[in-house]
Amino acid sequence: MRVIIVGAGEVGSSIAASLADLHEVVVVDTDSERVDALTYSLDVLAIQGDGTSLSTLRQAGVEQADMIIASTDDDETNLVACGTAKTVDDPFTIARVKNVDYLETWQHAEDQRAFGVDFMVCTNLLAAQDIVRVIGLPAARDVDPFAGGIVQMAEFEVSEESPIADLTVRDADRFDSLTFAAILRDDDVTIPRGETRIAAGDKVIVIGSPESVQGFAREVAPTETPSQNEDLVIIGGSEIGYHTARLLEERGLHPRLIERDAERARELAEQLPNTVVMESDATDAEFLAREHVGEADAVVATLENDEKNLLVSILAKQLGARRTVAVVETTEYVSLFETVGVDVGINPREVTAEEITRFTRELHTENVALIENDRAEVLEIEVDGESVLVGRPIREAVADMPEGFVLGAITRDGEFVVPRGDTVVEPGDHVVAFVERGALTDVSAKL
Amino acid sequence: MSEKLRVDWRASCSLVGTVVKWLSVAMAFPLALAAYYGDGVTTFIASMVIAVAIGWGLEQLDDDPDLGAREGFLMVALTWLAVSLVGAVPYVIAGEGTVAQPVNAIFESMSGFTTTGATVMGSIGFERHSRALMMWRQQTQWLGGMGIVVLAVAILPELSVGGAQLMDAEAPGPGIQKLTPRIAETARALWKAYLGITAVEMALLYGLHLAGLAPDMTLYQSVAHGFTTMATGGFSPAARSIEAFSAAVQWLIIPFMVAAGTNFALFWHALNGEVEVFGEDTEFRFYVGVLATFSALVTVLLFAGGTAEQTAVGPIGGEVEKALRHAIFQVVSLVTTTGYASMDFNTWGTPAQYVLFVMLFVGGSAGSTGGAVKIVRWLVVLKSIKRELFTTVHPEAVRPVRLGGRALDEQAVRGIYAFTLLYLVIFFVAALVVYVDAARTGMDLIALDAMSAVAATLGNVGPGFGIVGPMNSYLPFPSTTKLFMVFLMWIGRLEILPVLVLLTPTYWRS
Repeated sequence: MRVIIVGAGEVGSSIAASLADLHEVVVVDTDSERVDALTYSLDVLAIQGDGTSLSTLRQAGVEQADMIIASTDDDETNLVACGTAKTVDDPFTIARVKNVDYLETWQHAEDQRAFGVDFMVCTNLLAAQDIVRVIGLPAARDVDPFAGGIVQMAEFEVSEESPIADLTVRDADRFDSLTFAAILRDDDVTIPRGETRIAAGDKVIVIGSPESVQGFAREVAPTETPSQNEDLVIIGGSEIGYHTARLLEERGLHPRLIERDAERARELAEQLPNTVVMESDATDAEFLAREHVGEADAVVATLENDEKNLLVSILAKQLGARRTVAVVETTEYVSLFETVGVDVGINPREVTAEEITRFTRELHTENVALIENDRAEVLEIEVDGESVLVGRPIREAVADMPEGFVLGAITRDGEFVVPRGDTVVEPGDHVVAFVERGALTDVSAKL
Repeated sequence: MSEKLRVDWRASCSLVGTVVKWLSVAMAFPLALAAYYGDGVTTFIASMVIAVAIGWGLEQLDDDPDLGAREGFLMVALTWLAVSLVGAVPYVIAGEGTVAQPVNAIFESMSGFTTTGATVMGSIGFERHSRALMMWRQQTQWLGGMGIVVLAVAILPELSVGGAQLMDAEAPGPGIQKLTPRIAETARALWKAYLGITAVEMALLYGLHLAGLAPDMTLYQSVAHGFTTMATGGFSPAARSIEAFSAAVQWLIIPFMVAAGTNFALFWHALNGEVEVFGEDTEFRFYVGVLATFSALVTVLLFAGGTAEQTAVGPIGGEVEKALRHAIFQVVSLVTTTGYASMDFNTWGTPAQYVLFVMLFVGGSAGSTGGAVKIVRWLVVLKSIKRELFTTVHPEAVRPVRLGGRALDEQAVRGIYAFTLLYLVIFFVAALVVYVDAARTGMDLIALDAMSAVAATLGNVGPGFGIVGPMNSYLPFPSTTKLFMVFLMWIGRLEILPVLVLLTPTYWRS
């Protein structure tokens, strides 16, 4: 497949990197330095030019392209690039936007072709959804829904106090509809067997029904069980902060939101009926003490700037907040944030790249989650009659799959099916599977 | 001096003239009745001639009136004054009873147009007053109910520009909801809904009569009560108000009073198929809640210890249906500022009377025909107080006051505080004026009666307590007090500010 990516920023580069192995990738960017850097770092064709101009797109081979991904930092540029490509040919167009209004307009159009865009991802909304998922499962470092929410993938870090530290997988696995997909230790990915021992510091990836994942979370971190009375504080009324509050409200929660700017605070207060909006500087320790921010179950930092997010997260942590989640705009900072004490760092660009990658996978791939900087993926696949999984017990089918493949869950007609050795997969079933990076090409071919 | 004036009063007066001229058309209905009953035809012909003459005369002040924002205020305020003065003419010419006296005639006319329902008729009944004149009295309320100016905007093309401002100055409640892009169409829609519901009520009332459930509710009475219910007016051609009719009539009138106190925009939406607006509208829900709560309270009070020894109605203590009916009827009647009485509540126990006194201040919904402070303002005041309590504990909290899903502008909230406070201040000052004026003329007036009389006229309710109780009249007050009350009814109907602004020097100069 020939893919043209407009914009070689973090999102574009990240997508280009994950596609380069399997597809012909052309990247267009106005910045010549970025173009040069890409030419040498990835096996892609990098062209300098404006992705909204017809001649640049022609130069990139828009007539032969199967897909255009417009992923610059500018919404309008992305929309125009998609529209321009559609005037030449009919490639599948994907646009990244920040402004949720564009997403709403696009979703509103009946054929979802508004602006000449076939698929639209909204950075701010995705980041907020990610934050809400993480808060909804406080012990988890990462949570992704599959099969419309029937299946969940979650990543937990096992602390020393955790009841499952030092247990074997067989002893720890007390949930019917839960699969231990992988254990990440240092740089290794271990596919767990019954006798594999879980150590403190390991990251465990589980796939299962939301209830069992929730139950497992309680097992791993009993003190962090979420409830409706959860005290949640959002610091910073950015678009991400606003959508986080809005999504939490939708779940019946009543978060608090702190915003310094009076006008913005008023605007947010008008839009968020079930959120207590406070106008204050979040670094004002006296204010934080008076409002008992230190007693919050989770503090989310959604200010516009990484350093400030780090500062308020650490301050909140010091005051005693149970859990901190921070938006991190600079991809390289994510691990740094998590090292110095922020529980979860969320990078909107990474989230966006993940979402877009889902659409560039093989046609029947429904959903994908990237694990630990691309070391592995969790895929959702609708299986057809030709798949090696179909028609025989899983025990036999999985034997034909490469190492590094774990079948986590099956859904049939929207129902969760617990995968056991003798379960037979039928055509049309959705399977959610963990796949190590090395096994990816092989797995794709067999499914 | 005149060069300094920044208000084109000629334009305003000219348009007032147009409205007055058209008022003569409204006199055609009582004229027809007079012809039918063979009584007082000349009264209405003469009145029509006078109305046309005055109207035409005023129109000559400016042959191409151009209304700005300031002229709009003046026009609205003067329209109500002029219409009430011209509306008094038939009473004077007819020369029947106490209302023939000019001050009384003006009082009765202003009370009619402002839908107050306070009367100075010494004795009410057809022995003393002709049916045609009585119908004129009922009809003025119906014209004033939805608003003379709204009606004018609906039918006079010269008011289409700036019509929203005019309606805003007149319509009860804060702000005006435009239902259609064209203001004249909005005005027509409101009048159609008003007309439609009035017609339904008239038909149902007469239907009760035909079914034998209401022997006294003749066709004439049905029309008269339809006019005065939907206007939240309260004039009745029967001396004992609705007490004169059967329990069935009283029950039937209750829902129509409730409807009259409802925002008419809701009916317009309902007629367009969006019936759910009633359930979704915060003000409507609060309104129904207030009516239900206070009706329940009064029912209990009446059931426990209500007396009725002086009235034609039997005792209500211990009688469930009667306690329920009179409590609901009276609470609804006073909250919506209709002012009908299903019995003389002067005979009730003191606790029940005090509850009713508080009801004089509640008022109907915004955009309804009801008067007083208006339910939506109380709702906003209550919500702001709740907000204040919260922000006292959390000083940094930003909490807009919400009405339904919508956050209210802080300026609108301030405006509502100001109005409510102003209303209460005017009430206290006016009560003092009435009390002192009564003392000056040697009239024996107790403070509660003075206060209830002021609350009833300023809020366009009608009856109060004691000497201004539902079976009594405002006749005993000295003329000066009556004229002062004419002023109260006038500013009450226009919600004070449009009139008060005319009294400020800044209005007249730059």
